[in-house]
Amino acid sequence: MATYLEFIQQNEERDGVRFSWNVWPSSRLEATRMVVPLACLLTPLKERPDLPPVQYEPVLCSRPTCKAVLNPLCQVDYRAKLWACNFCFQRNQFPPAYAGISEVNQPAELMPQFSTIDYIVQRGPQTPLIFLYVVDTCLEEEDLQALKESLQMSLSLLPPDALVGLITFGRMVQVHELSCEGISKSYVFRGTKDLTAKQIQDMLGLTKPAVPVQQGRPLQPQEQPVISSRFLQPIHKIDMNLTDLLGELQRDPWPVTQGKRPLRSTGVALSIAVGLLEGTFPNTGARIMLFTGGPPTQGPGMVVGDELKTPIRSWHDIEKDNARFMKKATKHYETLANRTAANGHCIDIYACALDQTGLLEMKCCTNLTGGHMVMGDSFNTSLFKQTFQRVFSKDFNGEFRMAFGASLDVKTSRELKIGGAIGPCISLNAKGPYVSENELGIGGTCQWKICSLDPNTTLAIYFEVVNQHNAPIPQGGRGAVQFITQYQHSSMQKRIRVTTIARNWADAQNQLQHIEAAFDQEAAAVLMARLGVYRAETEEGPDVLRWLDRQLIRLCQKFGQYNKDDPNSFRLSDSFSLYPQFMFHLRRSPFLQVFNNSPDESSYYRHHFARQDLTQSLIMIQPILYSYSFYGPPEPVLLDSSSILADRILLMDSFFQIVIYLGETIAQWRKAGYQDMPEYENFKHLLQAPLDDAQEILQTRFPMPRYINTEHGSSQARFLLSKVNPSQTHNNLYAWGQESGSPILTDDVSLQVFMDHLKKLAVSSAA
Amino acid sequence: MSVNQQAHTGPPYGQPQPAYQRYQQPGYGGQQMPGVPHSQYGVYNGPMPGYQQPAPPQGYFPSLGLPSKGSPVSLNSDTSSLAPNFIGPLRTPPTSGAPPPTSGALLPVGQPAYNQFGQGDVQNGIPASAVQMQRPSVSQPFIPGSTPTSISQLSSFQQYGPSPTGAQQLTNHMAGMTIGSVPTSAAPPAGVGYGPSTSVPPASGSFTATGSGLYTPYSSSQGPRPASMTHGLPPTSLSQGVPLAQPAFSGPPLSMQRLPSQGSGYAPPPSSTGIGPSNYPSTTGAPRPSTMQSPPLSGQALAGLPASQPNHLASPPPPQQAMSGPHPGPPMTGLQGPPPPSTHPSQPGYQIQQNGSFGQVRGPQPNYGGAYPGTSNYGSQPGPPPPPKRLDPDSIPSPQLNELPPQQKPRHRIDPDAIPSPIQVIEDDRNNRGSEPFVTGVRGQVPPLVTTNFLVKDQGNASPRYIRCTSYNIPCTSDMAKQSQVPLAAVIKPLAMLPTEETPPYLVDHGESGPIRCNRCKAYMCPFMQFIEGGRRFQCCFCSCVTEVPPHYFQHLDHTGKRVDFYDRPELSLGSYEFLATVDYCKNNKFPDPPAFIFMIDVSYNAVKSGLVRLICEELKSLLDYLPRGGNLEESAIRVGFVTYNKVLHFYNVKSSLAQPQMMVVSDVADMFVPLLDGFLVNVNESRAVITSLLDQIPEMFADTRETEMVFAPVIQAGLDALKAAECAGKLFIFHTSLPIAEAPGKLKNRDDKKLINTDKEKTLFQPQTNFYSNLAKDCVAQGCCVDLFLFPNQYLDVATLGVVTYQTGGSIYKYSYFQLETDQERFLNDLRRDVQKEVGFDAVMRVRTSTGIRATDFFGAFYMSNTTDVELAGLDCDKTITVEFKHDDKLSEDSGALLQCALLYTSSAGQRRLRIHNLSLNCCTQLADLYRNCETDTLINYLAKYAYRGVLNNPVKTVRDALINQCAQILACYRKNCASPSSAGQLILPECMKLLPVYLNCVLKSDVLQPGPEVSTDDRAYIRQLVTSMDVAETNVFFYPRLLPLTKVDVDNDALPAAIRNSEERLSKGDMYLLENGLNIFVWVGVNVQQGLIQNLFGVSSFSQISNTMSTLPILENPFSKKVRSIMDMLQAQRSRYMKLIIVKQEDKFEMLFKHFLVEDKSMSGGASYVDFLCHMHKEIRQLLS
Repeated sequence: MATYLEFIQQNEERDGVRFSWNVWPSSRLEATRMVVPLACLLTPLKERPDLPPVQYEPVLCSRPTCKAVLNPLCQVDYRAKLWACNFCFQRNQFPPAYAGISEVNQPAELMPQFSTIDYIVQRGPQTPLIFLYVVDTCLEEEDLQALKESLQMSLSLLPPDALVGLITFGRMVQVHELSCEGISKSYVFRGTKDLTAKQIQDMLGLTKPAVPVQQGRPLQPQEQPVISSRFLQPIHKIDMNLTDLLGELQRDPWPVTQGKRPLRSTGVALSIAVGLLEGTFPNTGARIMLFTGGPPTQGPGMVVGDELKTPIRSWHDIEKDNARFMKKATKHYETLANRTAANGHCIDIYACALDQTGLLEMKCCTNLTGGHMVMGDSFNTSLFKQTFQRVFSKDFNGEFRMAFGASLDVKTSRELKIGGAIGPCISLNAKGPYVSENELGIGGTCQWKICSLDPNTTLAIYFEVVNQHNAPIPQGGRGAVQFITQYQHSSMQKRIRVTTIARNWADAQNQLQHIEAAFDQEAAAVLMARLGVYRAETEEGPDVLRWLDRQLIRLCQKFGQYNKDDPNSFRLSDSFSLYPQFMFHLRRSPFLQVFNNSPDESSYYRHHFARQDLTQSLIMIQPILYSYSFYGPPEPVLLDSSSILADRILLMDSFFQIVIYLGETIAQWRKAGYQDMPEYENFKHLLQAPLDDAQEILQTRFPMPRYINTEHGSSQARFLLSKVNPSQTHNNLYAWGQESGSPILTDDVSLQVFMDHLKKLAVSSAA
Repeated sequence: MSVNQQAHTGPPYGQPQPAYQRYQQPGYGGQQMPGVPHSQYGVYNGPMPGYQQPAPPQGYFPSLGLPSKGSPVSLNSDTSSLAPNFIGPLRTPPTSGAPPPTSGALLPVGQPAYNQFGQGDVQNGIPASAVQMQRPSVSQPFIPGSTPTSISQLSSFQQYGPSPTGAQQLTNHMAGMTIGSVPTSAAPPAGVGYGPSTSVPPASGSFTATGSGLYTPYSSSQGPRPASMTHGLPPTSLSQGVPLAQPAFSGPPLSMQRLPSQGSGYAPPPSSTGIGPSNYPSTTGAPRPSTMQSPPLSGQALAGLPASQPNHLASPPPPQQAMSGPHPGPPMTGLQGPPPPSTHPSQPGYQIQQNGSFGQVRGPQPNYGGAYPGTSNYGSQPGPPPPPKRLDPDSIPSPQLNELPPQQKPRHRIDPDAIPSPIQVIEDDRNNRGSEPFVTGVRGQVPPLVTTNFLVKDQGNASPRYIRCTSYNIPCTSDMAKQSQVPLAAVIKPLAMLPTEETPPYLVDHGESGPIRCNRCKAYMCPFMQFIEGGRRFQCCFCSCVTEVPPHYFQHLDHTGKRVDFYDRPELSLGSYEFLATVDYCKNNKFPDPPAFIFMIDVSYNAVKSGLVRLICEELKSLLDYLPRGGNLEESAIRVGFVTYNKVLHFYNVKSSLAQPQMMVVSDVADMFVPLLDGFLVNVNESRAVITSLLDQIPEMFADTRETEMVFAPVIQAGLDALKAAECAGKLFIFHTSLPIAEAPGKLKNRDDKKLINTDKEKTLFQPQTNFYSNLAKDCVAQGCCVDLFLFPNQYLDVATLGVVTYQTGGSIYKYSYFQLETDQERFLNDLRRDVQKEVGFDAVMRVRTSTGIRATDFFGAFYMSNTTDVELAGLDCDKTITVEFKHDDKLSEDSGALLQCALLYTSSAGQRRLRIHNLSLNCCTQLADLYRNCETDTLINYLAKYAYRGVLNNPVKTVRDALINQCAQILACYRKNCASPSSAGQLILPECMKLLPVYLNCVLKSDVLQPGPEVSTDDRAYIRQLVTSMDVAETNVFFYPRLLPLTKVDVDNDALPAAIRNSEERLSKGDMYLLENGLNIFVWVGVNVQQGLIQNLFGVSSFSQISNTMSTLPILENPFSKKVRSIMDMLQAQRSRYMKLIIVKQEDKFEMLFKHFLVEDKSMSGGASYVDFLCHMHKEIRQLLS
């Protein structure tokens, strides 16, 4: 086992890939019987500090339908200077530059440790990054002020040659011209009218930009024209201007009468932002960053009317088909998202409001373009401020941790086909020999576009084994998958990262234990969860739970050891032991449960779940709980109500929230002020320990989690109580008669009950 | 009068003389010889033939006639050619003989006209008389006097008889009454006639005066004479108590007949003409001159006696002098000597006299009158109404020109001096009525002319500055009204500016319950309301409904039934006053916010390049300090906003808290909206720094623009939306340069097509291309958004369409074609300043209530009407005028008269809601004569012009013109038929009050809208059409009949303006400079022979050739002449609501054509008839109606 764990870990570190099965069933039939599909989590830009990029073009297979990249798995004939593609078996000449290769003089891409390799290629002009701020002005004064400060601050974080633009909106939408002296200019659009990209460009005067510009300064070198859109200017040129402009931003001046929401034209603002970039900088890295403080209330994309007496749609409304604007709005944003994605731009949404802001409708904007989605209560919170700051964080090389306009190409051995991908991507509709007809996630293609990605962005990619049962794979044969990610690095370079991995085939009939042992239950849980969430997003909710349950039962049936109809005999091997628990928490998670969550929250959670890497995803599914006490160092404890004890401090990380919970006794001590007494300094330290640990998490997490410091009996303790396994509830508390833990007031089943049922169903012969 | 005289005297003498001689000789010789009066008639007959012959060559001579007045130059002018024509058709046969030469001279003037109209007879004499007549009140009394004089004249005529001159004079003065003396045709007769007349002149001077009056008696008394009388008489009779004269004229009728038949009508004129001019010069001979002189003098003296005289007298002062000077000398000589030759010198003098002379002439008349007993009768008759005048073109000899070949003379001409002269009329009125304040207490009083400076004392009726009516005596029945065809209309200028001497309307506050009103018809409390039952109730003067007097308004009555507080309450004692409106009178039941001004500046390539944008911005910086304050506020309450635009609109946020202005571009022109609320409309003082910064930057920002495609409708929409958003009324100042062809609502095509002119489709040129703008206007009116448009076109920009919104919202259009900074800057800035500063009422509704029997049926002006009674005006400034037409819906009674109440509800520029009330009481009459006696021609023309200008929207222009002529003919025919004493059909008899109707109407017909010349653009026509529609009476008056002032006659030591002269080329002298103004332009015409000293003094250059005609202002030179001329210009500019463009015209320069266009008494390039011709035509029309 240890070997497999190590293997898995190694692979993840080297390639950013984790497969659900690390030994692959060799036939389609058996693969289907494995229940958990053959799939992987791919982190295309996983940070590899030890991986220096090479400065030349990759060598491609010459077969037009293949074009796989030369990799360590290829067979090379050094004498003939030939290499055989390991995917299509085409024999290829090395290019002239490789004339000198030999067994001892190998190019990097042939060395086994370079199963993942970065190429820097020189292609096309380098265009600076573009940041287009789309700012809601219908905010409270305090919020607006905070937002303005954040935006001003962000200017200093941007790459100096980046282009910035500013669009503000309220009742109207204003596109600000940035290079004006003495007077600030903006183009104003009605917030109620959707415009085509052509119209927008016409109205912004972008259709014939060459004329006025060249006349203005005929001597400017030619590189300028591209950059010279009046609305997008290099930050170093207009830093002061923009700072002033932001400083002078006023709240939307149109009066809002009592009982009304301010008129907010988010839909049009986004549409204009998209249209602006579409016209000026197609296919270059650009971020549209939308800051909004409330729901769109007018125009296309409106989510709710301006009457305060009509609340924003809830899940209940949606179920009852009572959300008037939802479909239309969703369609609007979907169209926008698709356009944006087609142009290789991305949209971030920073929504800070106490009420919903329409993330449900707008989610596709971020989901399809790889943009960030951040949800907070106010712009005047550290949650927003730090999250926003972290968008511009840099890696150890001092480069921004963001990449743009990526396309992911997947090649597989001929025994495999590609089912689809789930993540912040859209299909490029590249049909090929590796594409399966059975779609899982976004399928029907072997290429996806990921408009924006960072080192954590992780896609789930699902495969299908197509090898027929009667065509056995030769012993020792390996299946291979190659991921080719082309992207624009934040340094404006074009890069290509190629990851090639291979796994052994195994015959499930006689080598099931190998396969079983090579099961990566964490990856599998996340991959199944993604499938589940994806289904939940695209289909009806309750069915998903039933599907998940059925999958779980089938898996248990397949891999459990039991006697028929004897639940007590049920056993799972170590490699599967945690899997049911993940599923238990997944069922309760906000990714699948909408109870107690607004549609916006659901969208927000799902958004992040679909793009975080495995570790984070697991935290999301099953939060981590640490316990601090005088009895020893902090220890992870069960996410169970029984862990809630009076003399403990708990730290829960659920990815979205960091909760510090003081047990009853601890809370009383703190209330009594012991921590301030020198003789109880150890108590002070105890109190401080979880704070420090929380801070550590807060430092690195993106988005910044909600930080909750609470104690026994306080209302905010609900964040903790809703996550733990309700092993003790008001129903069974007295039955158990135990002192430990605290009861949870819920009707949800506990893990125990869940497992009991699972066992029963798994062993049932009727199933 | 005086003007004419003066002007003429100088130059004329020298040249004219010959002409006169000729005229006298031929005319008199042939015709006159017989009998004085008869001879005249005979002459007429003769003249006709004579005219014909001479016509061709000499036709122009008539112009010579002019020369008599002015300089030879005039002779050169068209007249000659015209004359021929005339002669040819009409009179050729008769005159052809010897007379031609003489007549020729005469003819010229009239001839051209004749050619067209056929009949020359018309009103030579009229002018003089007309002048008198017109001032109804004054004139009436005078008239009687005059009539008698006329009689006397007759006698004189007889005496003079021999000397045709007498006749001439008569005609001239008399208004060339009877012209059609075909009989005389005897050939030379015409010419002769003229000749004689000329010879007569001296006498005629006197004659004319006596003229009509005399004739009438004669006619009555003698068969023959009448005819002659008509010739000679006409003038006099016309001028004076025409009606009286008419009977006498029975003789004339004959001549008249001739006229109709042929150009014969015209023929007569020749005789008359002959008489006129020739008389003076030639006649003067020893005998006449003496008579003449004496008569004139006496006339004046007499004048004092007869009512008419006063008029004359008034005017006389100048004339007299002139007269005395010239008359004595020349006339005498002329007469005695061979009338023709010797007269030469005298002629001019006479002519002058004639022109101006009417006054004088009349003077003489009185004498005559005195002499003739018969006159007394006339006197009685005419006493009241004498108004009508007879014109006998034939009888009026035009002055002969020396230059003219003798041959030409034969033509018969109407002496232009003998036909009613607007100058004379204006002068008379000014002299008679300018001194005393006009007290409005009496019902149905006819106010002084608009050209007269007078003070008004409001004693219960609205000042004529607010309301003028076409007639102050309304026919009691609709039948009468129909019969007379005199339109009943009031020209209302509700917010007119008053001179500082007069008090503006008092503001009355009736408290929370609002103004006291009649319960039924809602008329407002006014002086005509009758309080009854001891003051507890009042009876409405409009609908007779009895309404309780609210307790807080109760007051006891005194023994006369007047309330005790009568004099304390403006609404009980004054004709005009204002009420403070209560919240019930406000939109949405909410007191209005102060209005806003939005400046919307075109920043296209053209506008920027021409420097316009910079100019506007610079000007606005200072102009914003002069926004109207609406009373006594410390600072203006008006907020301002700024927009610039080309293909897109740029709004500016100039909020005071901003460090720098913000520009907001709206490109969505298809769906215009206002991008900001707060900061767009600001208080000037609070945001001054930001505004200044903005105005500094606008020209810079667009300095490099290449944009030439413009939008227009979205601009208005934007302004409208801004006002809507701000929930206030306001005004948009749009500065625009070109046809809006950019893709946007209201986009226009260039549809200018001169080929449409004179087709049935011509009307489309005046109609908007699309009804989009009409709908937009509707919205603007609803919001109280008034649109002022400043246009700077370099090519067609479709004023007809662009102006729709402006027009319907009560805004103004200003147009500066081919704008150039150097030349047009001052004019534009002055217009802009005035437009921004003037008081404006916003969001106004006007309703005109009338007493039972008539009601307002039609409205003309710049406004919008959503129903048939309420005139809605988004904005109404102090220059905007609304003409209202009334029709009968029942009978009126003489006792109660007719009442008008015009109530205007508006928001003042301070944001106060007010009601302005104007009341006017009119008399009612059962006699048509009363109607005609209380008419106001200027107002009538105002109405007719507006009516016609509206007509061109829906009818072919020709139809409109014909209708105008027809209506005018009917009016005059009705008078002739019902009011004038019977007389020869060949006589043209005009009502005293309407004697200028033909000349003015002709001006209307010749205006660019109704008869465009090739150089007049479609835009200009549309522009003028809209402009005229909002004009008040004073403006239409000067617009259609421009004021022509001889600058060289200026008295540098005196404040007074030089006397105006008539708008005819004949009146211009090569050696003089003239100033002509029509409310839009000022021309300074410089003759080629002007003294270098004057040129140096005025233009600062040493010679004629160095005068630049591109200068837009006169150089400021330190010499009395320059100062004086400039002060005159300043004064003129101050009188007009728009700054007039100065155009320097050098004689024989390219601009002269333009200038000549405004010499409205002459035949125009575009085919417009000369005054004389038109008069003849009118005469023909009238006769057709009568027969």
